[in-house]
Parts: sequence; C-alpha cells; structure tokens
Amino acid sequence: MTALVEGAELESFSYRITRADLVAYAAASGDQNPIHQDEDVAVAVGLPGVIAHGMYTLALAARATDSWAGGPGRVVSLGAKFIRPVVVPAGSAGVEVTVAGQVRSVADGRVTVALEVTCAGEKVLGGATAVLDA
Amino acid sequence: MPVDPALVGRSFGPTALTDVTEDRVAAFAAATGTPYQPGSPAPVTFPIVVAFEAMTALMTDGSVGISLQHVVHGEQRFSYTRPLYAGARIAATLRVDSIRSIGGADIIATTSAVTDEAGNLICEARATLVHRAPEEATP
Repeated sequence: MTALVEGAELESFSYRITRADLVAYAAASGDQNPIHQDEDVAVAVGLPGVIAHGMYTLALAARATDSWAGGPGRVVSLGAKFIRPVVVPAGSAGVEVTVAGQVRSVADGRVTVALEVTCAGEKVLGGATAVLDA
Repeated sequence: MPVDPALVGRSFGPTALTDVTEDRVAAFAAATGTPYQPGSPAPVTFPIVVAFEAMTALMTDGSVGISLQHVVHGEQRFSYTRPLYAGARIAATLRVDSIRSIGGADIIATTSAVTDEAGNLICEARATLVHRAPEEATP
C-alpha cells in the first residue's frame, strides 16, 4: 500500500460495471430510475444508452478510497460533480471505470486526496476529492 | 416554469427511520463490489439510501414545481461526523440551501442531515439537483 504522503500517486483501480450491477444497485439504493436499467427509456430521454447511476460511480470512488486508506471507516468526506454519464452497454463485458488518486495535502491529521475517475479516457467525475483521517 | 425561489430554506422530511441491517449494507456493498465484513463501517455512500428519500420528498412535492423526469443529480458530497454501522436506524432531513438559475436550468443546492434515532448527526449529504424545466411554447 502506498504511504499517504503529500504528492503520492496512489494505485489506480479499474472496475467493471454491467447492467446486472446497475439492477442490483437500484434495488439496494432505492433509485429505480429506468434510465439506469431500460435502454428504450434512456434513449427516449436523449441519452446514448443505459447510464450508470452517478452514485454508482461515486461508490466506486469510495471503494478505491477505502483501499488507499487500508480499510473502511477513515473517510471524513467524499464528493464529486457528475460531469459525464457512464454509458453501460448490454452484456457481461459492460464498461470499465478507472479510479486514480493523488495525495494533495496532509495536515492537521487529515489526508486530502484528489481523485481522477475516468471512463474510456474521459473524466466522468469533476472535482472529486476525499478527506481521510490520517 | 422556474422553481420558486421561496423554496430556499424549506425543509423536507425527516424521512421514516430506516433500519440499517447487515443484509442491506451487504447488498449495497455487493452491488458495487465493495468489500464488506459484518461489524465494519457501512460503505461511505450508503447514507444515500435515506438522502435519496428526502430528495424524492422534495422533488415530488406538488407545491415545489419540479418535474421528476427533468431532474439530474449534479453533485454529491458526504461529510461524516462518525462512521455508520449496521444496527443503526437512520433518517434524513433535507434543507434547500440555494437556487441559482443558469441557462434555463435551476441549480438547487440541498443538504440532508442523516441522523440516528436519537437525532445524533452521522453525516451530512450535500446534493445539487439540476432541474431543466420543459420547453414552454414560445409565442
């Protein structure tokens, strides 16, 4: 595990999202908006296809953050803007989202990490940051 | 129709108390492949379960003037006071912080306080909702 020191580039993780994952997430989270499950509905509202819940992508950012922290329970804050939809094609291949991070600062017992969350090389979250208990 | 600026300062909720069971936490974690062991803190974004209910209360309130299918989630941040564990019962109360209108869209900033059944704060879930009103017929 990379030490959480200022400037450290953290291990990046790639996570696969399938439509089955979105169905499971919809049930677990309560967000049953059909644009995250039904191609016809998604296309009808002008989307290129079924898109992941923004919160799904943010959950992946949290998953990576817990890995960098060495386990759950150290995140003081985590958030981002949803700047681009993650389109999830049908089939078991789904789509891959990559979460990278760099330690911005370590001060007052807090570690601030800037995250870069991308899909097909394009940023999908904006201003993504996490603050951890050091 | 733009959202009424008088919405700023209004509260929605508290939502009904939700039992944070091991099963619910495990299902939420599994959906995103997040490792979870019983007895360890719930995933960071788990409180969206109740925050989303509070947001839905805002978006479906007939007096607010939001049409649900025209709302997108613009931004979300969680700020923790203490970790959340299974066994807790939690609820969310949403407050509308501000509304800005940009290019035909209303940007509605909200903060949902996620509390346990004793009313103690677990985390704040700040959400920005972007509401793009349906095109009105132009004369």
